[in-house]
Order: sequence, then structure tokens, then C-alpha cells
Amino acid sequence: MSATLPRPNCVHLVGEMVLDGVRLVGDLTLFSINMVRWLNWPRGGVIWPIMYQTGVLSIPVILITGGFIGMVLAVQAYDQFALMNMENQLGAVINVTLVKELGPVLAALMLAGRVGSAMAAELGTMRVTEQIDALTALGANPVRFLVVPRFLACFLLIPLLTLVGDAVGMLSGWIFSTKVLGVHSFYYWQHSIDFITAYDVLSGVVKSVFFGAAIALIACHRGFHSRAGAEGVGRAATESFVYSFVAILLFDFLLGTLFMKLYYVIWPGDVPMV
Amino acid sequence: MALIDLKNVTKSFGPQHVLRDITLELRRGETLVLIGESGCGKSVTMKLMMDLLSPTSGEVHWDGRPIRLRSEKQIAQERLKFGYLFQQAALFDSLTVFENVAFGLRQNKRLPEKEVRAKVCGCLKDVGLTSDGVAGKKPAELSGGMRKRVGLARALAMSPEIMLYDEPTTGLDPIMSDVINELILRTRDREQMTSVVVTHDMNTVKKVADRIVMLYPVARLRPHEPQIIFEGTAEEAFECDDPRVHQFVRGEAGERLTEMAAA
Repeated sequence: MSATLPRPNCVHLVGEMVLDGVRLVGDLTLFSINMVRWLNWPRGGVIWPIMYQTGVLSIPVILITGGFIGMVLAVQAYDQFALMNMENQLGAVINVTLVKELGPVLAALMLAGRVGSAMAAELGTMRVTEQIDALTALGANPVRFLVVPRFLACFLLIPLLTLVGDAVGMLSGWIFSTKVLGVHSFYYWQHSIDFITAYDVLSGVVKSVFFGAAIALIACHRGFHSRAGAEGVGRAATESFVYSFVAILLFDFLLGTLFMKLYYVIWPGDVPMV
Repeated sequence: MALIDLKNVTKSFGPQHVLRDITLELRRGETLVLIGESGCGKSVTMKLMMDLLSPTSGEVHWDGRPIRLRSEKQIAQERLKFGYLFQQAALFDSLTVFENVAFGLRQNKRLPEKEVRAKVCGCLKDVGLTSDGVAGKKPAELSGGMRKRVGLARALAMSPEIMLYDEPTTGLDPIMSDVINELILRTRDREQMTSVVVTHDMNTVKKVADRIVMLYPVARLRPHEPQIIFEGTAEEAFECDDPRVHQFVRGEAGERLTEMAAA
């Protein structure tokens, strides 16, 4: 009697997706632990070109994104505030939104799209053309040589890119609000100062560090596990962006909640919003 | 004592079984040639020898001692006694030819830059390339034959005891193929080197092999059939009665087209 496998139904497919997800998270965790084991400061000839690619070449896209987001926030919020005669509060909303949420998240998304995908494609190509095996054969640890510098570049530079994005967004939001929408500059900044604390800026920057670490690890992991051929490398680049996107949103929610709780632990006198 | 021993090694990638219960040894000073159809596991066997892959089951021994008993650091250190010429040369795209050949030296040996330069120029000269002509070029600017020779120079720069060649003549014209064969022989004779060559090219087999091992794809074997279907010299391979060996060494399709269509 021959045993035949049952035809897969939706339960099988869900089960397979869950197993794949668990396997991916486990594998990524082991990969991250391995990277931490090899963490050291790379030679200048290795780290500086990667930092240049990651940081300096990302500035134009961060400037464009930050600039437009500041103006879009002003456009979207102005009508609602005008209905309540609260136009002068516009600065508080734009600037709080930028430093706490949109600045770090959009800088991270830009980095995941521009740098993360390129890293996954580069390492994927190295995997399928046996360059990663060649590194091992020549006595260089591929994790130490390829992953550590990319991780350090993302981890160290994303806070700076976030601050650049925040600053440009604030500037463009202020210019658009005061010059086009007619909000008074004094009240714009006065309300901003009343609402934004150093804690808000710091929480945004700390979040970005987690985003940067996640982007680098996911991109390198997907590149290292790329399948053969142009399709495999393309898929690694796409997966790198999609998984990074999900990780950014997940970290944003978890860290946002954590920082809010922490705020009321540090300053218990303040009344919680929720 | 054999330099490398594969003992009852099996290797699978997910559901795909590539090697099944392989036992094979590499003796000091010999040139072992692995032949067989595409996908029969020749390159995988060679990567297992160097511990670039780990077996699914079974053991690989270096100098009579299992690799698994060594620490990660020891393995990395001992791996330097191997030189590996990859199928597509696997030169680092972002580095120049000079930097590619110097890579292993800079990574592992604290040599003054002057000595590195002299060694790189010497290795490039050994494979018939002048350092003035190609040293500053990127791998993308080189022809297939030049890439292979730079790959060989990069491996030889580390003064290995064992050279592993993965399809060294594939994709090259007949003259360049013979140049590579000559380089394999010259390297072996000059350095008294032990070599493993994976190839489909019977000219390479005839020219360089001391001993031939032929693998057969697992998917086409019966359940208890051994995967190594031939072991012997080149002359014995050409006189072998096994139709699978006979077909392969003479490059005859036989019934394969019908079999493939039926599959």
C-alpha cells in the first residue's frame, strides 16, 4: 500500500507560513548572535567606503523626504486646525510628529530602500558567484569582513540621518506654514517649544538606532541566503526591503509604547494621554 | 596516512540528495580527478574536502583527525593550506587584480607591502600575466581565461599544500584550456603539490590525472548502489566495461535523450 500525501489546503498553507516565519526569525537571531561575536572596528579601507555609501550618499534622499514631509504635514493639518481657530498650534503638531515618528521612520525606510536593498543585492551576488566562499578560502571570516562593517555603518549613521531629516522637515514645515499658510512665526515656534521635550527628540533617535541595526542585519542575512541566479538576487533585495519595513513598523510600535511608559515612570506627575 | 578522508559522507540540500554514503581519500602528492555528469556532486565533494560545506552525515578528516574536533579558529588556520580555483574564478568585483591576488597575503600574513608586491608580481608572472598589463584592472575587464589565471595566481599566492580546481577549463577555448592544464601540471611539479580537479573535460583528465573517481547522480542510482561507480587511472577508465563510465569518457549520449524525455 503506498502512502499518499493529502492535498494541501488552507490550514497546511497557514501552517507552512508560520513554520517559515519561525525558521526565519530563529535563523536571523543566530545570524545576529554570530555577528556580535565578530564585532570589532574594521580597517579604514573597509569601513570608510561603506560609511560613505550609507551616510553621505543617503543625504540627498533624506533631504527630499524630510523637506516634503514637513510641508505635507502643514497642508494636511492646517484645515482642521483652522476650523478650530488653532492655526498657531500648527508648529507643535508638525514638529512633534516629525521628531517622534515620521523623522525616524521615514529615514529608516529610505535607508532600507536605498542602502538595505543594495546590500542584499551585493552580498547575494557575492554568494551566487562564490565570492563569499572565496573569502572563507582565503582566511577571511565573511561575517567579520562583510556584515560587521555594514552593521556599524547603519547603526552609527542612521541617528545622524534621522536628525538631518528632522531638521529639514521642521524647516520646510515652518517656511510653508508661515510664508504660504500665513501662520505667525512667533506662535509657531512658541507652541513647538511648549510641546517638544528633549525626551521626544531622544526617543526618536534611540528608535532609529534599532531601525538601523534591523535594516543591516536583515539585508545581510537575505544577501547571505540568496538563491542562485538573477531571480534569486532580485528576490533577496525585495525580501530585504519588505522584512525591514515590517521590522521598522514593529519596532516603532513596541519602542513607542515602551518610551511612553518610561516617560510616566520618570515623570510620574504628568497625566497620561491614554 | 591520507591528507583528506571522506568517511560515509552524505550531503543533502533540503529535499535534494546530492551525495550518498561517499567514502574517498586524497593521498599526499597525487592528482585526483573527479568526473561525472553535471549535478552529480563533484563540486560539493570538493567543498566538503575544504570544509566550505559541512556534511549532512558522515565525517571529513584532515590528516587522520575529524574536522569537527577542531575549533573554528583552528579550522580557519588549517584551511589556509588549501588553494581553491573556483568555477567562475570568484574574483572580488570591487577589487583590482592586484588587490585580489594580494588579498590573502594582507589578510593572513603580516608582510611588508614591498614583499606583498613582489609576491603578487611573481604569482601573476607564474600564470603568464604581466603585472603592468592587468594589475590595475577590475575583474569585469578581463576575459574568461585571464580571470581563471588570476584566480589561480590568487590561490597560489598563499603557497598552498593542496590545490583544488573546480572545472578549471570550462568555458575556455581549446588553447586556453591547454594553457590551464599546463599550469596545473607545472604547479604540481614545481611545488610537489597534491591536487584535486573537478572536470568534464577528458583532455584535462588524460593530461593531469593520477587517479580518477567517477560519481553518478543519486537520483539515477538504485537504492543500494554505490555513488562512486569508477576508481582507477585514465587508461582504465577508457577500457571500463560499465556502460555509464564508457558513455561518459567517450562523450556518447546513448539512450540518455530517450531517458530524459521519459523523465
